[in-house]
Amino acid sequence: MARDYDDIPGTYVFDGRRSRQGYRLNMFCMSLNDAANRARFAADESAYIDDFGVTVEQKQAVIDRDYLRLLHLGGNMYYTFKIAIHDKKSMQFVGGQMSGISEDEFRQMMLDGGRPIDGNRRVGER
Amino acid sequence: MARIVGGIGTSHVPAIGAALDNGISGNDYWSPLFAGYARARRWIDACKPDVVIIVYNDHASAFSLELIPTFALGVAETFAPADEGFGPRQVPVAQGHPELAWHLAENLILNEFDMTIANVMPVDHGLTVPLSIMFDQPAAWPVQVIPLCVNVIQYPPPTGKRCLALGRAIASIVASFEQDLRVVVFGTGGMSHQLQGERAGVINQAFDKAFLDRLADDPDGLAEIGHVEYIREAGSEGVELVMWLAMRGALGERAKEVYRHYHVPASNTAAGLVILEPV
Repeated sequence: MARDYDDIPGTYVFDGRRSRQGYRLNMFCMSLNDAANRARFAADESAYIDDFGVTVEQKQAVIDRDYLRLLHLGGNMYYTFKIAIHDKKSMQFVGGQMSGISEDEFRQMMLDGGRPIDGNRRVGER
Repeated sequence: MARIVGGIGTSHVPAIGAALDNGISGNDYWSPLFAGYARARRWIDACKPDVVIIVYNDHASAFSLELIPTFALGVAETFAPADEGFGPRQVPVAQGHPELAWHLAENLILNEFDMTIANVMPVDHGLTVPLSIMFDQPAAWPVQVIPLCVNVIQYPPPTGKRCLALGRAIASIVASFEQDLRVVVFGTGGMSHQLQGERAGVINQAFDKAFLDRLADDPDGLAEIGHVEYIREAGSEGVELVMWLAMRGALGERAKEVYRHYHVPASNTAAGLVILEPV
């Protein structure tokens, strides 16, 4: 069923559909709140992820650190950002990667007042 | 009797806490934001609240997708900083006020606000950064803290209208508490920001300023803003502003703005701070 937020560009509202799709992926991310789990993940990423029953695509997106793909696969930004914390990467790095610019470019965009809302409210808006 | 003597709306960006923790709040990037906090700190020093009720959201720290309470009220003696993935923030453990917290929990539920009651609730940057903004880096927080955690991660969060009504219920329940306590209510999060997706970094200063302009005098009007409008206009994380309406509701029918500060950017976010007093 279409939702009234589906026309907002570049935005993945974490509704029930996405929560179901990403449940195991996000619970893997949640596990990184624990220092012992972070050490296990660092030692063998692939084996550690396998414990959570995520899909092949979700596992590959974690290993690739592909944050936009993780959103497509049901990831929630607050959860997937825990992988970036583990890598000592900033939210500006992740924001830049998802929107196709460098961390420095993203930082400068924010200093210049952020991404403009005009032109970004609806898909196809000019 | 207890009474609510003020309300604070403030962003809770983790990088603001990290700037303090890492001793860089005076650098070129952060000093314009922190300069605006000085007057807010003077206000709360003079106000001398005994207890603060902090309406905030958890970010996959105390709660995961296993259990998603819409409103969780902390009734514990203490609330420890959560490990969000980089070890707990080195800030004081918050001391609760279980007597007032239980008075709130019991009476909110009897007034048909179906609260979740939390005896264990580690608190993340959503709660600790507002304390740092207002109190800097003390050895112990100078107030007792009642955390009121609102789900804004899993769509849909409670509506702005519901949050405003919750705040109004808190006002009357605090006023019926027999101890003499000065209470300040925090509404945290916002203002416009979006962390996720190709639209990450979106900021809407006009929306934010209009929200601030209407907060004291037109909360019922603001409560009509729906989730889709927040997400579209203020970014997917801008919907956190519903928590400011709980704060506003707790101030009663009339309130006045005594201070405002607004700065872009704090990391990926438009940072706002407003202080209101009941009239």
